[in-house]
Amino acid sequence: MHVWTFKGGIHPPTKKLGRESSIEKVSIPSKVYLFLAQNIGKPPKPIVEVGTEVKTGQKIAEADGFVSVPLHSPITGRVVEIKKQKHPVTSRPADVIVIERTADNEWVKLEPAKPYTQFSKEEIVKRAQEAGLVGMGGATFPTHVKLSPSKKVDILILNGAECEPYLTIDDRMMMEFPEEIVKGALAFSKALEVKNIYIAIEENKPLAIDSMKRVASPVGIEVVKLPTKYPQGSEKHLIYAVTKRTVPSGGLPMDVGVVVQNVSTARAMYRALELGEPLIERGVSVTGEGVKNPKNVLARVGTPISHLLDLAKIKEEASRTVLGGPMMGIALDDINIGIMKGTSGISVLTDEIVKKGTEINCIRCGRCVKACPMNLEPYLLYKLSKKRRFNEMSDYHLMDCIECGSCSYVCPSNIDHVKAFKTAKTVLRALKR
Amino acid sequence: MKLTIAPAPHIHDRISAKKIMIDVLIALAPASVLAVFIWGWYMLLLEIGSMVFAEAIEFFVMRVMRKKREFVPDLSAAVTGLLLALNVPAGISWWMMATGVFVAIIVGKEVWGGIGNNSFNPALVGRVFMYISFPAAMTTWPKTNWFNFSQAAYHLQTTATPLGEIKMHGVAAASKDFPNLMFNSFMGNIPGSAGEMSALALIVGFIYLWWRGIVSFEIPVAYIGTTFGMSAIFWLVSPGAYPDPTTSILLGGLMLGALYMATDPVTSPVSSKGKWIFGIGCGALTVLIRYVGAYPEGVNFAILLMNALVPFIDRVTRPRVFGEVGKNA
Repeated sequence: MHVWTFKGGIHPPTKKLGRESSIEKVSIPSKVYLFLAQNIGKPPKPIVEVGTEVKTGQKIAEADGFVSVPLHSPITGRVVEIKKQKHPVTSRPADVIVIERTADNEWVKLEPAKPYTQFSKEEIVKRAQEAGLVGMGGATFPTHVKLSPSKKVDILILNGAECEPYLTIDDRMMMEFPEEIVKGALAFSKALEVKNIYIAIEENKPLAIDSMKRVASPVGIEVVKLPTKYPQGSEKHLIYAVTKRTVPSGGLPMDVGVVVQNVSTARAMYRALELGEPLIERGVSVTGEGVKNPKNVLARVGTPISHLLDLAKIKEEASRTVLGGPMMGIALDDINIGIMKGTSGISVLTDEIVKKGTEINCIRCGRCVKACPMNLEPYLLYKLSKKRRFNEMSDYHLMDCIECGSCSYVCPSNIDHVKAFKTAKTVLRALKR
Repeated sequence: MKLTIAPAPHIHDRISAKKIMIDVLIALAPASVLAVFIWGWYMLLLEIGSMVFAEAIEFFVMRVMRKKREFVPDLSAAVTGLLLALNVPAGISWWMMATGVFVAIIVGKEVWGGIGNNSFNPALVGRVFMYISFPAAMTTWPKTNWFNFSQAAYHLQTTATPLGEIKMHGVAAASKDFPNLMFNSFMGNIPGSAGEMSALALIVGFIYLWWRGIVSFEIPVAYIGTTFGMSAIFWLVSPGAYPDPTTSILLGGLMLGALYMATDPVTSPVSSKGKWIFGIGCGALTVLIRYVGAYPEGVNFAILLMNALVPFIDRVTRPRVFGEVGKNA
C-alpha cells in the first residue's frame, strides 16, 4: 500500500530502550492518587466523600455532560482524602481523590459483559462512556465522542505509530495483545459503521507489525507500515499518510471522513465490552537513560509515579522525570502524583541528555521551517510572540501548531518555540472569550 | 533524586550556531589557505588578524556594552572577519583592514542588535565602506605571486583585474593580458580579491557545507545560473565586448559572493521559493552592474540591494500551511 509522507518532521534517535521487556503487571499500590481531570472536556463530578468504601471498578465520579467521562476506583479500599495537587498538564491545583487499599480486588463490573458482536452500535458507544474510555495515546479525548461523529465517516485508523522516542508501550501491546486490539477495532468499526480499517505502525516496530498482521489480516484489517519519522503519530499526519486526505485547518478528522483511535484504546474498548472492565488500568513505559531497568508495565490508574520509578530503579545521574516522551512530555517536579488515563510513559532523562545551551538570537537558518510538519514559520511566530503581537500570530496560523516540538529540537539558537506558542495560544483563547 | 524543570522538548539535536560557524570556517579553509600560497604570509596575518579582531569587538560589545555575562563567542564574527579579508586586495594595509572589520562588526551587525538582527551582510557592509574610503587601495590588485612568502614583492606589481580590463579595453585585450582566462580563473591564477581567486577552492568548500546540511543550494544555483544566462545574452549580442558566460561566472567575486555571501541565512530569505527569487535577483543585478553600470564588478552591490528586499520576499513567499482552507498541502 502506498504511504504518503508529510513534509517536514525530524529524525531524533528513537531510543526504544524497553522494547525487549514484556509487559508486567505491577503490584497494586497501597494508595492511589486520582486526578478528577483526566480527560479533555469537563472533569467528572465526584460522587464519593472522605470515608466512602469503594470497590475495584466502582464509579467514584460521574460524567458531567457529553464531553466528559466517569472515573472509577482502581482498587478496593476507602477514600481517605480529597485534596488539591498541581496538575501536570495545566500546572494548576486540581482535585485529587486519594484511596487507600483495604482489601484485595473485589470487582464491580459493568453489566452485561458479553462478546463484542452481541453489542449494538448504540450500546458500544454507551459502554465507551460508562467505562470512562479516553484516547490513551495521550490526548485523552473521550472515546464515545469520537464514536459519535456528526459527519459521515468511512475510514477508521488505529494509531500504533508511537513516534515519540523512548516510549514502547504501544509496541509491546501490539506484540502481546493483538487479539484484544483487533476485537476493539472491530467494535469501533461497528459503532461507526465503517468498513475500511487500518492499523498504522512505524516501520521500526517489525515484531508489532508481524503480530498485528497475523491477527488483523484474516478479518480484513490492513496493517500499514509507516516510515519512522517524528511526528508520524500526530492525528493529522497519520491520516495524510494513510489516506492522503488533509484535515482542514481548524477542522477535525471526521471532516475528511476519518476517525483515529489509539491501539491501547482499542484494547480498553474490548475489555470494557467483553470483560465489563472500566478503564482503571493501563500500559505505561517506564524508560529513559535515567533508569536501570527500562520496563513496560500494566499499572492501575492513580498508581504513584514514585512507585513505578522504584520498580525501574532510578540511576544516580537521573535529572529529569518526564510525564510522556521527551518531545512532548511534561517535566515533573512532584513524583507523588498518580498516573492518569493518558499516561503512556514516564521518561527519566539524565543531565547528559537534557543539557541545552543558552538561548541566542534567531539566525534565520530556516531549520524550524523545514522541520515543521504543519508547514508553519516558527521563527516568525516566535519573533511576533516576543513582541507580544498575538493577533498577528493567529494570522500566521498559530492555532494550527500541534506543539510537537520539532522546531525547538532543530534550533541552533536553542529557542523554546513551543513554550512561547503555548503561552500565546492561551492568551488568544482568553482574548476570544 | 533531581527533578529539573524545563519546557518540552527535552532533547535537542545538538546543533548550535557555533557549530554552524565552525563548518563555515572549514568550508572557507581551502580558499583561505590558497590565498596564503598565492599572496604570502601577510595574507595569513590579514585573515587571522581580521578574525581575532572581529571576535574581540563582538566580545567587548556583548560583555561590556550589552552586559550579557553569559555570552560565549559563537564565531559568527570570525566568519565575517575572514570573509572580509578574502574580499579585499591582498596588499591592503593592516590598518585599512582593521577599519573595515570594525565597521563590518559595529555598523554591519551590532547596531542592529547583534547576531541575527542585521539586514545587510556585515562583511559586505565593511567592504563597501572600505571601497568608498580607500578607493585607490581597494582597486590596486597585486599580481599573483605564488609561493613567494615575502610580502615586499607583490606590493609593487599591481595590475588590473580581468573584469576591469574587459570593461576598459574589451575582450581581445583582456585575453592577451590574461591567457587561458577561463582555466586560470577556475584554478585561481588571476588577480583579484584575495579569496575570490579559485572557483575550485570555493566550490569544494561549498560542497562540504551543503553535505553538512548547513546551506541549501537554491541561492547559489539561482545566482550563478542567472549570471550565466544573462551573460550569455550579452555575449551573443556582442562577443567582442563581453566575455563568454562560462568565464563570466568564474571571474570576479561571483563565486565567493554566490556561495558564501548571498547564502548568509540572516540576510537571505528563509523559504526555498524566496531563495530562488533572491538568487535570481542577485544574478540579474550583478550582470547589469557589470555590463551596464559604471563598476567593473557588481556582486557586492547586488547582494546588498537584494538584502534590502528580503523582508518583502519573505512576505510574498509564505509557505502554505498543512490543511490551509481551499488548498491541498
